[in-house]
Amino acid sequence: MTTATTTTGISSRQIGRNLPRLEGREKVTGRAEYTHNLRLPGMLHGKVFRSTVAHGRIKSIDVSAARAVPGVYRVVTSEDVLKVIPHPYYGPAFHDQPILAIGKVHYVGEPVAVVLAEDPHVAETASALIVAEYEELPAVYDEVEAAQNKIVVHDELKPAGTFADLKHLKGVRGTNIALDYQLRKGDVDKAFGEAAHVFEHEFRTQKVLHLAFEPFVSIADYKSNRLTLYTASQGPSFVRTEIARLLGWPENRVRIKVPFLGGGYGAKLYIKLEALVTALSMIAKRPVKVSLPMEEVFYTITRHPMTFRIKSGVDKNGRITARRCEVFWNGGAYADVGPRVAQKSGFTASGPYDIENVSIDSYALYTNQPPAGALRGFGVPQLVWGYESHTDMIARALNIDPLEFRRRNIMREGGKHATGTPLKDAPIDKVLEHLAARMNWTKPLDRGTGTLRRGRGLAIAIKAVISPTTSVAIVNVNADGSAALYCGTVDMGQGSDTAMAQMVGEILNIPAESVNVVPRDTDFTPYDMGTLGSRSLFHMGHAVKLAAEEARDKILALARDLGLPEGTNYSVADLFQKRYGMQAGNIVGTGVYKPDYIPPQPGTGLTPNVTPFWMVSGVGAEVEVDTETGHVHIARLLNVCEIGKPINPKICESQISGASMMQLGFTMFEKMHFDGGQVTNASLADYKIPGIHDLPVTFENETIDTYQTNGPFGGKGVGEVPTFCVSPAIGNAIDDAVGVRLTELPLNPEAVLRALRAKQNRPIEDA
Amino acid sequence: MTAMRTISFTLNGEQVSAQIASHHSLLEVVRNDFSLYGARESCGQGLCGCCTLIVDGRAVSGCLFLAAFADGTTVETVEHLDRDNVLDPVQEAFIEEGAFQCGFCTPGFVLMVKQLLDEHPDPDDERIRDYLSGNLCRCGAYPEIIRAVKSAAHKRRAGKPA
Repeated sequence: MTTATTTTGISSRQIGRNLPRLEGREKVTGRAEYTHNLRLPGMLHGKVFRSTVAHGRIKSIDVSAARAVPGVYRVVTSEDVLKVIPHPYYGPAFHDQPILAIGKVHYVGEPVAVVLAEDPHVAETASALIVAEYEELPAVYDEVEAAQNKIVVHDELKPAGTFADLKHLKGVRGTNIALDYQLRKGDVDKAFGEAAHVFEHEFRTQKVLHLAFEPFVSIADYKSNRLTLYTASQGPSFVRTEIARLLGWPENRVRIKVPFLGGGYGAKLYIKLEALVTALSMIAKRPVKVSLPMEEVFYTITRHPMTFRIKSGVDKNGRITARRCEVFWNGGAYADVGPRVAQKSGFTASGPYDIENVSIDSYALYTNQPPAGALRGFGVPQLVWGYESHTDMIARALNIDPLEFRRRNIMREGGKHATGTPLKDAPIDKVLEHLAARMNWTKPLDRGTGTLRRGRGLAIAIKAVISPTTSVAIVNVNADGSAALYCGTVDMGQGSDTAMAQMVGEILNIPAESVNVVPRDTDFTPYDMGTLGSRSLFHMGHAVKLAAEEARDKILALARDLGLPEGTNYSVADLFQKRYGMQAGNIVGTGVYKPDYIPPQPGTGLTPNVTPFWMVSGVGAEVEVDTETGHVHIARLLNVCEIGKPINPKICESQISGASMMQLGFTMFEKMHFDGGQVTNASLADYKIPGIHDLPVTFENETIDTYQTNGPFGGKGVGEVPTFCVSPAIGNAIDDAVGVRLTELPLNPEAVLRALRAKQNRPIEDA
Repeated sequence: MTAMRTISFTLNGEQVSAQIASHHSLLEVVRNDFSLYGARESCGQGLCGCCTLIVDGRAVSGCLFLAAFADGTTVETVEHLDRDNVLDPVQEAFIEEGAFQCGFCTPGFVLMVKQLLDEHPDPDDERIRDYLSGNLCRCGAYPEIIRAVKSAAHKRRAGKPA
């Protein structure tokens, strides 16, 4: 393999290669670098002491017994934090989350104090000796109840000021509503009045979490004018900006280093442990590591539970003429990115359908639960559960085939989405038809006999990538012709390093294997908004492509300067040699990408350009339901995704199957159980995630042949799109099999059996 | 002060000893005293398989295996597999089939698959699923893992003289 670039060379196509991941050898030998593994000289371990009440005023915190334990270095409370960081509140949308609880606690599990010790076992033992007393306050857990504002979680709202649509909430008191997003198109009330049929349903989703196998971990090393953070983060640039703000420092004194992540899925965004370890290191004047045990991951960030009220008017021809959506997002005690979930997903709540009159209200709500944030889809999988179940229920009620009903109502290329943004490179019809063909929809299904009944279902969905966001990349060509890429996209398993290297290789005409993707370090890697929302391949991909093109153009210019004819076969190394008289110098290309965007009009949510690209997917499911036990066996799961041109088809397929498996867990069994705000199943022993036995018998992952016109090399993101339709496709299949409709996740045997028994008029009584 | 004691064992082919307290897990010892980071603590309950270690030829959950019980045993970690800088066929197959995403659970899977193939050189799908049901992958790379097991089985058979 050659590592040298050539000015022309033999074409080595890198786009579309099924290149195994560049870091594969490190990962299979156990030598890949994770923050989990890092130790620094003189490092202390922090053990967090957490609130046991969901809402209360802190009366006292007695740390004397903990402090007396031999080996304890220090016990830290918010009193100590306030001395080093006077305004210790952080968050991407609201500055509402304190580093350690100040005055009040807002959920069970909120960090109240930290024990520092060289031996993590000592810190753990001592933390159990801390005694906190609270004056308990009434708590609110349910999102719909929270919207009534009878119990208020925060005394006053504190928007971060970075988002225009949150400014009107500054200083507002007496409310739990952290965002009230509206979309208004046409006149829904008039259309409901004129509709032949009106359907109204309510759907709910449960609280689930990411459960990345590398639990949250951060290390801070504070020196008097310098801070280095080693952290498992999906967004090093955001961490730097936010920590610099907390410290009142310029960004160049804060350094964020991020190796590989042991999973992320949206959990490791924004600030998690980074502000805490920073304060601890400032107080201790030593490096401090906080590495959460799995139990505490359940108290850090989760997905949003949601209640979705959806009402549709349908004309006599089976066309949907009006749709009203009311979505209540349970954001937990701190907003995190919840307001963005409420808005950026909220505007797609009417689904992939062409509807004349649409009204959407989407509310981000505070409750006294552990905070909720982004999880693989920014709320879209929850919405799709609602609207695609609703779609099937309408079709069945009208006695129209569910596929045919969708055919009549989907948006078509060139049409306009409810926001007013034209639909481009979003072939909903192609996804639907591919699904129909592969499911043999026109052929009858073996429906089973006796207590085993079979059914099938499908669902389709759309999402818009979050906009507007910025990515910057640098490509550095060394004097021997080898190349390095500096980009802030974090490889947490999605294979971004490999895909980005393929793009650099394509432009510089070198094998992707030879490109060094520099580990993320904000002292070197330039700005990136974050590895989230399927934005990286598109946004960072563009920046990387531009940077590589600039480097290539400079190489060509150098050749011209040296008087070489066009198409010379001088190697890049020869050019440097000729230019500098020795192996010396660099050629640096930079690329910046930010798509065009027009903010939605306040009140109506309308805009001609809400997103640079859409994501479309569909799922077909065949299930077998045991009517005696309620057990649902997934006989077939077909994922169909529209992902533009895959840069690395094999990695894309693995993203699709992996995301679908994760959503299968959220659909069939995953659920955090609560008792008075306390999670009662905060461990892998009590919270089941998909294992190898949960693989559907037939599990197919397919893409349709498309090209994203404005994407880098025709590509776009793939990390979220496979999650959207899994839940409703299975829910619809269960209805098809046994005629019961579940409106709340998960679809576990208990829920199915209860529904079956209720249908038979012999409901299961609660004990 | 916690009472410390010395244990001696064979670690990746070398005779070693370590000062341990009674509550230390073998996982902590291989990581903290010998800087072997391939085994990791994730669930802390012996359910996910990220901490898999081989003790006297059998896979154990390193997070639950008390270091005191390792005294006099032979311990192997994933780092032992490529000691001669040559990948084990299981590792090769995992790379080729893309049988991982984030890689955090991968060393545990690699060690379990190696043990599976030592016992059952040509496992069918059912046996693969049963044998690996104690290892979890949150990225959901199960289809690729099953393909990698089959590919590794094939490589091992092809590599051995008939």
